[in-house]
Amino acid sequence: MQYHLNYNFVWKYADRLAWGLVLSLELAVISIAIGCVIGLTLAVLSQGARRPVRFVIGMYVEFVRNVPLLLLVYLVFYGIPSIGGFAYDATTSFVITLSIYAGAYLVEVFRAGLEAIPKGLIDAGRAIGLTPVQRVLYVQLPTMFRIVLPSLSNAFISLFKDTSLATVLAVPELMFGANWIYTNTFRIVEVWTVVAPIYLVTGFVLLGGLRLLERRFAIGRR
Amino acid sequence: MNVMINSLPFLWQGLLVTLQVSAIVVVAAFVLGISLGVGLSFGPRWVAWPIRIYSDLIRGLPLLVLIFSVYYMLPLTGVNVTSFWAAIFALAAFQSAHVAEVTRGAVQSIPPGQHEAGKAIGLTFGQRMIYVVFPQALRRFLPPWINTVVSTVQGSALVSLVGIVDLMLAIQQVIGRTFKPMPMYILGALIYFAINYALSLISRTLEARFAYVRE
Repeated sequence: MQYHLNYNFVWKYADRLAWGLVLSLELAVISIAIGCVIGLTLAVLSQGARRPVRFVIGMYVEFVRNVPLLLLVYLVFYGIPSIGGFAYDATTSFVITLSIYAGAYLVEVFRAGLEAIPKGLIDAGRAIGLTPVQRVLYVQLPTMFRIVLPSLSNAFISLFKDTSLATVLAVPELMFGANWIYTNTFRIVEVWTVVAPIYLVTGFVLLGGLRLLERRFAIGRR
Repeated sequence: MNVMINSLPFLWQGLLVTLQVSAIVVVAAFVLGISLGVGLSFGPRWVAWPIRIYSDLIRGLPLLVLIFSVYYMLPLTGVNVTSFWAAIFALAAFQSAHVAEVTRGAVQSIPPGQHEAGKAIGLTFGQRMIYVVFPQALRRFLPPWINTVVSTVQGSALVSLVGIVDLMLAIQQVIGRTFKPMPMYILGALIYFAINYALSLISRTLEARFAYVRE
């Protein structure tokens, strides 16, 4: 069988891919932002919390980490509205899912980060008379942020890749744009040979940028 | 509740497919991943570089992109396989890159003195690997490797998108007939959770078991 590559079909609908990429990035950014809030809150809460609190947080983390993301996506979009008697659009639903998913991974990251703070720093904070809240705000959080930055950037890249799952809810992100072009033109090779590099290059550019950021904030450099 | 019980035999069929896919992928990725990992760590440049590129490319792509690309593009190259094997091919390619990285990490944690000692008593490369490096690298290999098994089981849910009736698609089909999404998704989540949590527990136990070793 002869197959003639013809990229015109892809360029014709390139705007779908471009806007798709933008939406993918937006989904990833919003999700990691909300995920950070969830993760950080729960990590701080579970510090020195009572057992039931820790147990609930642990359940949340274990549940989300051990169930396929695809199932969570379906569960939030089709399952919850079916018993709640309300509905939200696909994009909102996916952002909620991805945030919950990111939160579960980031709790562990932040918890490890909080534990890695040298004890002496907290003692020093106490010695100069900072209140517990001030110690968290001015000593623990800034130090922890620098420690967890590499893990955060890895989580962000992996969330960016996970946004491809939004296509199953017909959220018009990059993967959906690719499938749209495919189903309308049947130029499958052209579509994938363009979309795969888009994911790769975006991922590597993000990684490069975040590594620079990490170096800027690395501990021990002024 | 009735829906959940009545659908169990049907879900069982799907679960078997999920387990089958996962098992084939885990075995394939294990063999391939260890070979690639060893090549990556000890191979000459012309072996290590292609593996490095393969691993970075594969890991830089979303798994879904990989599955769709293989599913749609493999037939164009003249290879006609069922969707089952196309999906397995994509999953195995993805996981083998991850296993290769796990292997690299484990193998490179062995101090060079061990290799030199092996060379000094006249062991061949294969013997050094089997008798010196692998036994010591095992404790660094097993816990992260089990995590790749967990991610394989999770990733296997994506094969439902190319029409393979695994646990995920079986759940979808039951919902299509009964219009009761919530109980079915909860049930499915519990099944996946049971499998993966058991694996995670093994991984954690092994990690604790190996923690006594001090460098």
